[in-house]
Amino acid sequence: MDKLLRSEGTEFNVQQLIEEKKRKKSIAKRFEKIIPVFLFLCASVSVLTTVGILFTLLRESIGFFSEVNIFQFYTSTNWSPWTGEFGVAPLIGGTLLITLIATFVAVPLGLMAAIFLSEYANDRVRRIIKPVLEILAGIPTVVYGFFALTFVTPILQSFIPDLGIFNALSAGLVVGVMIIPMVASLSEDAMNSVPNSLREGAYGLGATRLEVVMKVVLPAAFSGIVASIVLAISRAIGETMIVTIAAGATPNLTFDPTQSIQSMTAFIVQAATGDTTFGSTIYYSLYAVGITLFVFTLLMNLLSQYISRKFREEY
Amino acid sequence: MLGRNEEAMQQQVKGRVWLNKLMMAVFFSATLIGLIFLGLLIYRVLTQGIGYLSWDYITSFPAPYPEEAGIWAGLIGSIMLMVIIAVFAVTIGICTAIYLEEYAPKNKLTGFIRVNIQNLAGVPSIVFGLLGLTFFVYMFGIGYRLLAGGLTMALLILPVIVVAAQEAVRSVPNELREASLGMGASKWQTIARIILPAALPGMLTGTIIALSRAIGETAPLIIVGAATAIYTLPDSLISKYTVMPIQIYNWTGRPQEEWQHVAAAGIVVLLIVLMMMNAIAVGIRNKFQKRL
Repeated sequence: MDKLLRSEGTEFNVQQLIEEKKRKKSIAKRFEKIIPVFLFLCASVSVLTTVGILFTLLRESIGFFSEVNIFQFYTSTNWSPWTGEFGVAPLIGGTLLITLIATFVAVPLGLMAAIFLSEYANDRVRRIIKPVLEILAGIPTVVYGFFALTFVTPILQSFIPDLGIFNALSAGLVVGVMIIPMVASLSEDAMNSVPNSLREGAYGLGATRLEVVMKVVLPAAFSGIVASIVLAISRAIGETMIVTIAAGATPNLTFDPTQSIQSMTAFIVQAATGDTTFGSTIYYSLYAVGITLFVFTLLMNLLSQYISRKFREEY
Repeated sequence: MLGRNEEAMQQQVKGRVWLNKLMMAVFFSATLIGLIFLGLLIYRVLTQGIGYLSWDYITSFPAPYPEEAGIWAGLIGSIMLMVIIAVFAVTIGICTAIYLEEYAPKNKLTGFIRVNIQNLAGVPSIVFGLLGLTFFVYMFGIGYRLLAGGLTMALLILPVIVVAAQEAVRSVPNELREASLGMGASKWQTIARIILPAALPGMLTGTIIALSRAIGETAPLIIVGAATAIYTLPDSLISKYTVMPIQIYNWTGRPQEEWQHVAAAGIVVLLIVLMMMNAIAVGIRNKFQKRL
């Protein structure tokens, strides 16, 4: 009753309230329209980052290739930028050597760990081992580098007497250990997604666990496993600190792992920490090496995505 | 005739079972190798570093003598860098995730953004360093300062945060959205009052994990010029700075044996900070998992 009276007595105010309400609503409506635009702008940051990376690498590389013949850059086998020799082959060779050693370590060990965790281990064991294994992936690479230099190399030196302090073997092995969890975790996911009915069918035929793994699970999860390996290789190619610390700084086109080498990433670090003046040829060579590295890893990443999409088995 | 065949069969089965057991042992030892390596690494770093680790070590600046050197500048630098990274990467990352999950139309542009984020996660960190060097250090004229490092690292971990936030938003049950919209809430009200609070724990966990990756990153920061020796703490966004991994890298490169111990002590501090961050992430996950 009281309420009614008041609203009757203040008719003008009600009008005003309605206006106010309308105004608020239109602001809210506008707000509702602005929000997605703002969110879209945020989402475009990642696209801009990619554009920025491409722009940076391309522009500065073009600057570099106006001074150094691009053909020579990719075919010459002499890399000594401080004397004006730019042949990127030794850096690519160094990167590939490290990657090769790392792959030899990580693929068998990672795959076997994945098989154990996915097919043999019971739930409790898996729940303990998997997170512990994943700690390996969370350890800063500068720590791995330190460990490779001060622990792995001295141990290797007791087997291989003429191994240098800086060598590709030690760095490659440790890079391999670093990417084990990547292979193991992604491969295990792939194996886990193989439906149990396939396994049970094989068990029903009298297969042992090993036979089920080898003849059913691995073939069925093949695409996922290969994709994980390719992704891990890409990570090894781009790995920087372990190689910089433990493999040395000797651009060296060799496939002898006891030698000191320099990878593409390690050169970028070396040149950036040295006194490289802005605008010099060496400064631009950072980007020429950078774009080479970028193309390598991009191709690997695209390949991994292609494999996992194209060859995905449908159950 | 039949009996002999049976015997051969039994022999074969025994062989297969034996091979299975053997391979199980092989698979198990392969799994152990990674764990043993981890154990050795931690044991070695601890035994090397613990002797040099002291309160003085934590609160000292770098010094020309190993006995006096400390990690203070790196520790504070890392923390300040993390704050900058968090502010930029979390804001942009969460907004991106909300856009992709709640607003984005299913068209080619959206698909492109998704694929792009996936690819960005695979770009080597040192390439991000080159991006930061060109844009933040030179083009924007920030120079080798804290802000340039923070922005570079924010872009580096953005994909990780976006993916984690997307998953968190996706895991909010649709009933909550429908109920909110049914009560007359607008789309943004639903997002701000229902979806964001529900997805927050997942987003926080993902963010902390991304930040703990950032705190261990070295390569891009070397490129965008984190200093190796700093004797004052950064007091603004454009101060010179250093971070723990750079200090460790710097000590690693010195020939005298004592510096190895100094580096190991730095690694212990770095790993402790990492462990604390992971513990927080796990804590958040456990606490909110129970409620849902």
